[in-house]
Amino acid sequence: MAPVPNGVQPQINGDEEIDFTDIEEKYHVDYDESFENVIVVDGVPIIDKTKLERLLTKIAKEFSKKGVSITPENISMPWNDATGKSKGYLFVELNTPEDATLAIAAMHGFQFDAKHQFFINRFTDIEKYANMDETYVEPEIEEFKPKEHLRSWLADPHGRDQYATYRNEDVAIHWHGKPSQSEIAYEKPGWTDLYVSFSPLGTLLATIHRQGVRLWGGPSWEPYQRFAHPFVKLLDFSPCENYLVTWSNDPIVVREGAEQGPMYPSPEDEGNSLAVWDIKTGHLLRTFPVIPSEQGGPEGGRKQMQWPALKWSADDKYVARVMPGQQISVYELPSMGLLGKKSVKIEGVVDFEWCPMGDKDRDEEAKANAPGGKGSAAKKVERENMLAYWTPEVANQPARVTLMSFPSRSILRSKNLFNVTECKLYWQNQGDFLCVKVDRHTKTKKSIFCNLEIFRVREKDFPVEVVELKDTVTDFSWEPRGERFAIVSSNDPNLGNSGPGITIKTDVSFFQLERGRNFKLLKSLPARTSNTIRWSPRGRHVVLATMGSTSKSELEFWDLDFNSDDIGGQRKDGQEWGSGIQLLGVADHYALTDLEWDPSGRYLGTSASVWRHSHENGYAIWDFKGQELLKVIQDRFKQFLWRPRPRTLLSKEQQRQIRKNLREYSRAFEEEDAAEESNVSAELIAHRRRLVDEWNAWRARCREELAEERARLGKQDEEEKEEKEEVQEWVDEIIEQIEEEVVE
Amino acid sequence: MRPILLQGHERSLTQIKYNKEGDLLFTASKDLRVNVWYSQNGERLGTYDGHNGSVWSIDVDYESRFFITGSADNTLRLWSVSTGKELFQWEFPTAVKRVAFSEDGDQIVCITEQRMGHQGAIRVFEINRSGNGTNQSKEPISMFHPIASKATVCAFGLDTSTIITGHESGKVALYDAKTGDEIKGNQRAHSDVVTDLQLSPDRSYFVTSSKDKTARLHDSRTLVVLKTYPTETPLNSAAIAPTRPFVLIGGGQEAMNVTTTSARQGKFETRFWHKIFEEELGRVKGHFGPINTLAVHPSGKSYASGGEDGFVRVHHFDESYFRAKPYGDIEPID
Repeated sequence: MAPVPNGVQPQINGDEEIDFTDIEEKYHVDYDESFENVIVVDGVPIIDKTKLERLLTKIAKEFSKKGVSITPENISMPWNDATGKSKGYLFVELNTPEDATLAIAAMHGFQFDAKHQFFINRFTDIEKYANMDETYVEPEIEEFKPKEHLRSWLADPHGRDQYATYRNEDVAIHWHGKPSQSEIAYEKPGWTDLYVSFSPLGTLLATIHRQGVRLWGGPSWEPYQRFAHPFVKLLDFSPCENYLVTWSNDPIVVREGAEQGPMYPSPEDEGNSLAVWDIKTGHLLRTFPVIPSEQGGPEGGRKQMQWPALKWSADDKYVARVMPGQQISVYELPSMGLLGKKSVKIEGVVDFEWCPMGDKDRDEEAKANAPGGKGSAAKKVERENMLAYWTPEVANQPARVTLMSFPSRSILRSKNLFNVTECKLYWQNQGDFLCVKVDRHTKTKKSIFCNLEIFRVREKDFPVEVVELKDTVTDFSWEPRGERFAIVSSNDPNLGNSGPGITIKTDVSFFQLERGRNFKLLKSLPARTSNTIRWSPRGRHVVLATMGSTSKSELEFWDLDFNSDDIGGQRKDGQEWGSGIQLLGVADHYALTDLEWDPSGRYLGTSASVWRHSHENGYAIWDFKGQELLKVIQDRFKQFLWRPRPRTLLSKEQQRQIRKNLREYSRAFEEEDAAEESNVSAELIAHRRRLVDEWNAWRARCREELAEERARLGKQDEEEKEEKEEVQEWVDEIIEQIEEEVVE
Repeated sequence: MRPILLQGHERSLTQIKYNKEGDLLFTASKDLRVNVWYSQNGERLGTYDGHNGSVWSIDVDYESRFFITGSADNTLRLWSVSTGKELFQWEFPTAVKRVAFSEDGDQIVCITEQRMGHQGAIRVFEINRSGNGTNQSKEPISMFHPIASKATVCAFGLDTSTIITGHESGKVALYDAKTGDEIKGNQRAHSDVVTDLQLSPDRSYFVTSSKDKTARLHDSRTLVVLKTYPTETPLNSAAIAPTRPFVLIGGGQEAMNVTTTSARQGKFETRFWHKIFEEELGRVKGHFGPINTLAVHPSGKSYASGGEDGFVRVHHFDESYFRAKPYGDIEPID
């Protein structure tokens, strides 16, 4: 509408004034005017009028033979009037574009007779190619955008660690350092639908959505990769962050018109609910159906799925899964093909674990992979991965724990066990030891006791040592990089029937390998309630916690090498056995549900998640001595996660150097701390000063107004009215008394 | 110092009050009795008997001569402090939820409950201070009905011309005592029921506590929120400490939920907050039920708390309380 000078809209009189173009546009019907159904047949014999009819009938017949029914009426033949002959090509109009496609497929290159071969094109194609712009246009080169460094957080000048919190709908990544350096690094409301998870080396953060999993990375947490697995519930990274396993309760359904490609499930994947993805490319590698594990849960009967359902070897080369009772299937990566084209058939197999890779293995591998490295040719041999599995007692067969190596499939060691109820396999994180916790029953099957079968994997012939215990062991944990382990055992009659108000009494024991001999009890802490052991990732420090109890929630911080300065468990001889164990502190985090050491082993994070209960949800951070550094109570707090760190890049020698010069480093840090502290307190003091000044000013104004008001109302000021009683007190004090005798 | 435990009530405390000199402490509870104690040693001086319902609210005038009580038996009564005799009685259709004296004791304000078709009302009565106090007027000098959310707490403002109220919705308002017009209202002072309202000694600012887990300091004239003290538990009472820049806050898990939680979870502690820096300084525990009411001695030498557990605990501050300078030399003038 044209603008009206005085801004008054003209009145609409009758229908002719109304503009219908928008409606017409909306309901406009596109008539099919395209020539998609027209094809051009080239290579037709050149004929004169007399033969026209016969030719057309023949062509129509040939087309119909191939399943494209046409009649001579559908064909139109252009005519050269000057010569009176045909031009050697013709047009065929078909019913639909699909028929045209079919006709091209069937008749293109058709040998009509000895001299003539048909060449068929779409009419629209000819037009398109005829009209094509022939000038060369240089393709625009997409500007290179450097991606953010995925490990930038490691370059933090203060060496701080990060942690993620998930509360209500908000996910936040925090820096954890000195009070002044603790800040939120990144925050995003509604980042995830279910929970968040860091990859094992801390590079990426996974968020879970209805549509699938997303990965994020870099300092500003940009999207890194996405995996379309609808209604995904669980995920698991491979140890080297190359692959991702996801599981959804709903089997994969490929809908018609769904997106296709290597990143999406294909019809073959339908009905499966486990998926393996390549993280870098985002490709779906393979899917599996889930086999429910044969073992019922402790609640009885209910079939539970084991998670992780696929277990990765430490170098990401193999992934294996167990078909309970039948076989272990090992798949090779990246092809995801079955290793050796067949599974390992093991009658009755229940569970297995891969041997982790120690620092030594990694160093060796790095050396072998280094170009021109010594003996690189000789070490081209595939590194063997080892796994341990166990089978229960069946009929006359004893239960058995077996170590098998891959890909050679040779059995390295096996051990028979008797009266076995249940086995659990625990690898020490360097792969030096394997502990099999064997729950055994007496002949009458009434009482259960426990044996620990410890395999020394690094020694020749894998010697096995047995530690016999009288009680039931509820938790077992190796010291990372160490030769010690801790167990929680209990002979409480209430064990197994946990109920509200029942706190199970437990004993905690530490064992240590005596040089060149056996594992020996280091110290036993009787009559505890602790049910959880958490070793610091650097070893030496350990936290014992009471979790899941309504009345107790104690944290005990222990140091196992209190008398030595060094980390790493190098024990001096001559010291009394077990003398280095020292309780550093006791703390309490009411109703805690999770606890986790930070990757450096300096701090412990504990949290009470609303997923378990709704009392005092929140999280706390403690130092290794049990001092509370931070406590945040938040309604609807859900998750607390430390960001893992990759392995250090420093060589052994460099680490030793640092340890040697620790004093100098600490002096520099202490100076920094002191400077910072004074800086912060100065700021804080200024802030408080300002607050007090504001308050004083406000109060002064108030008093003034009040005095005015009271004067106006004819009242005397309270304070003035109140007479100050002055009490005068006279005190006689005798300073000196001199008696003088006047001698006359 | 060890607190003095006053065991004079069989049911939960509703309100406690010091008199102006601070030598007497009046306590009211859901049982029918009102007690008065010597605050110094916790000896009971006497009782005020006569109510047939829970006593919801009490106040004492500046001379410690008259004492008023509001009760669930729909009466507001005037008592002689020294004799314990009932001097006068006003009767209403519904329970009296809150009472307060004016600064010079010649007026009282009360809130009656909204119930059984009766609107909640705020009434102001004149107190005839001459004679023996039995000659009072039955009729209020003003009466009005706050619209929308009902009032839960009230007090006279800077003078008797205004009344400050706290409401169920969390609103804090300033009414004209004569006309009942709302002069000012802060709808968003709190987000849940306002549970207590106590004025500063010179009445120029006041503190409110609320079930929304915060306590706030307001300007009496403008109703501007000066300070906020957030906690993690529903609050029942807040008081301003004289002489020291502190605010006392008390509360705890709702009484009906207490049995389902352990004592440690209930947070039945009196919290001390720095009035100006809005930082928590410390907590005093001892009650095993939520703290319903707090009062501070007018000279600031002691404070008392009354709990859902039926006990009143009188705490005399240690010498270090007066000397402590948790923030160094930065101290406000008053």
